[in-house]
Formats: sequence, C-alpha cells, structure tokens
Amino acid sequence: MSSNLPIDIANSSLVIRELITRLRVCDVMSTDVITAARSDTLRSVQMKMKEKGITGVPISEKGRVFGIISVDDIIQALDEGHITDRVDMHMTKNVVLLEEYLPLSLAVSHFQRYPYGRFPVVNKEGLLAGIISSRDILTKLLLEINREVDRLETLLPASVPQSERHSGFREYTIKKYDLDNGGKATESAKKMCESIGLDSRTCRRIAVIVYELEINLAIHSYGGVISCSYTPECFRIVSRDNGPGIADAGLAATPGYTTANDWVKSLGFGAGMGLPNVKRVADEFHINSARGHGTVVTAAVFLGGGGEQNQ
Amino acid sequence: MKLDLLMNQIGCTTVLAPSEIPEIQGGYTSDLLSDVMANAEAGDILITVQAHINTIAVCSLVGIPAVIFCSGRPITDDVIAAANEKKVALASTPRNQYIVSGEIYKALSTDNPKT
Repeated sequence: MSSNLPIDIANSSLVIRELITRLRVCDVMSTDVITAARSDTLRSVQMKMKEKGITGVPISEKGRVFGIISVDDIIQALDEGHITDRVDMHMTKNVVLLEEYLPLSLAVSHFQRYPYGRFPVVNKEGLLAGIISSRDILTKLLLEINREVDRLETLLPASVPQSERHSGFREYTIKKYDLDNGGKATESAKKMCESIGLDSRTCRRIAVIVYELEINLAIHSYGGVISCSYTPECFRIVSRDNGPGIADAGLAATPGYTTANDWVKSLGFGAGMGLPNVKRVADEFHINSARGHGTVVTAAVFLGGGGEQNQ
Repeated sequence: MKLDLLMNQIGCTTVLAPSEIPEIQGGYTSDLLSDVMANAEAGDILITVQAHINTIAVCSLVGIPAVIFCSGRPITDDVIAAANEKKVALASTPRNQYIVSGEIYKALSTDNPKT
C-alpha cells in the first residue's frame, strides 16, 4: 500500500494546504483509544477489534506505548496457530508515533511514507493521547472544506456586486411543520431581490410568492425545496416537494379552498389564500401535482418592462 | 403618528420598543398571515391576536414596524426575541381587535385627516 490517503500535498489547492497546516494532529485524532496490555493474548485483542470495529490496537500501559497490533498480525496469528500467545511476542515494537501538537500535514506525509493505516498519538510527555487514522483525516477535512465553501459563498456577493451579475440561483430546504423558521427563505430571497436592485413593489411580489410557497411546504408537504433564480428578464421561483400531492391542483388555487388542519389554522395559516396569493402576484403560474406524488409550483415575475401584468 | 404617542392615546402597553420610535402611517387588522402578507402596507401597525414568531416574520417582510396583540394574548419570549432582532415594536392590550382598530383609526384620522 503506497498511500491510503488520496492527498497530494504539493499539488493540492491552497485551501487544502492551508487547512492541513493550520489543523493539528490533536484536532483530528480520536481520543477514545482502545488499548491492550503486553500480557494480553492476541485472542483478546482479536475480540476487542471485532467488538469495537477497529483494525489496530496500541499496546500501552499507563500511557506508555510499547507496540501495536494490527488486524494483519491477528490474521497471521490465526493462520499460524498462535492466537493464544501474549501480544508482546508478536506486536510491532518499532511503533511510528505522532505528537499531538504537530501540524496535520505531517500526519498526512506519515500516511504516505509508511504502510500503516493508523498512528498512535502521544502528548509532550510521550504518553498516549489518541490515535489517528486516514479516515479521521478525511472526515475532518471534509467537514472543514464544507465550512470553507460556506464561508466563500458568503463572500461571493462582496467580491462581485450582485447588481453587476446577470443571473443568480439560490435554494432553500423547508422541513415539514417547521413553522419556527417560516419566513427565513423569504427573507433571504428578499435580500437577493434588493441586492440586484429590484424596486420595492417587485421585491414585495416576489416575497409574497416565496412566503406562501414556503409556508405551504411546511404545513402541507413532507418537506421540500424552494429555488429562486433570476436572469435580467425574469425572477423564477420553483417549489418542489416529495408529496403527498394535491388531489385537485386547480381547486387548491381557488381562493378559500383549504385542507389545512386546526393547528395550522390556529397559527393564522390555511385560510385558502396561499396559492391564490401566489397566482395573483405572479406573471406566470403553473402547478403540477397528483395525489401520492409530489407537487411542483412554478411562479415567475417578469423584470424590466414585461412585469406587473397581474397588478 | 409616532408609535409612543399613539399607544399613549389609545392606552396600550408597549412591550418592546426599538431605540428609534417608528412612525405609524396606517393600520391593518387581520389574524390571517397570508392576508397580512398580501394586503398590509409598509408603515402599518398590525392589529391581531396571532402572537407567534411567524407574525414577526411577516411584519419584517412587509415592513410593518409595530404589532399590537389584542385580547390579552400572552407574548412569549421567542416572539420578543424575534421582534427585537427584526426591530418590530410590540404592544399589548386586553381589548379586542374591533375596539383597538376603531381607536387607532380615530387617532390616526385626527392626526392626519388623509388616513
């Protein structure tokens, strides 16, 4: 095994290089280490591996690391019939250790240099503090990269003024019965409208559409997604859910028609005004639904000259 | 009319007031949030019994600077927190929407005959 970590430090992006230099081994390692003593049998280590679903066990007493037993050692012991021997007879004694305050980049290069799947980590006193596997590194990097992407996305409008952008797209996930977050997607969509310089009347029309669709997803569907996109000509809002679908979509867009339950009504929703409101303020409105399937509502507001047909 | 003056005139308790006292231009009475969303005007005070956070979300979207919760509806901490964040003023009264609407209409009409 040349490397079980698909990271080429030299050719990685700046973000990855920055991450693996900034993070330390102790930020990534598992501190819950399963260990065994020198006098334990290979059989007991095999049972520990099986029980905990791990492939390597440091042999450590009072924090001092004496060796390591890997799953390969266990297979060999089973093969050669010495599974009942003491671990210190067969463990790897020259254990490669990592120190917890070293940068993660060093751990990455260790994985590339040595054919091991994990390294015990020691503290300044040389005592066992954790264990790090390639999986720990990949998981942590993925989390950090996600955070980094989020951060970069928030920087995007600042680097390219929205008003100079000719198109844009945003998506919001709405969960079933999550009225506590009702209006969040709308607020974000409204900011998007304002940032591209739409007049307040158009912003309000778009806000009404997104709000009604957002509330509909929360009170009627199993959850869904609202996407907002714009071009210089048109602002388009699409609401998609995974069901349960509407038996009569035409009827649902009729003012006053509702299937909302009492709880929803007690919160001031479900008066049969949602879809009619959307239809009223949109320049284009489509609904596609069938009982047992999802519903897709598409609404568009024309920008610049073509709009306000319905006003 | 400034909110503090209006509340004083109609004898309602202000529960939360932003540092900048909002100017109330008109009023809208409704317990249906879709109706508020569709028909209330920016600058209106909302007269309602719906004392929950979605009301605050709608106010923020529409540009409603103040809400008066009628019939003594309890105002929970999450509503106050949301209103504080969105800079929406809150007031409370034991009277019902009909009475309060009438009083606000009268106060605003006297203040500005166009209302």
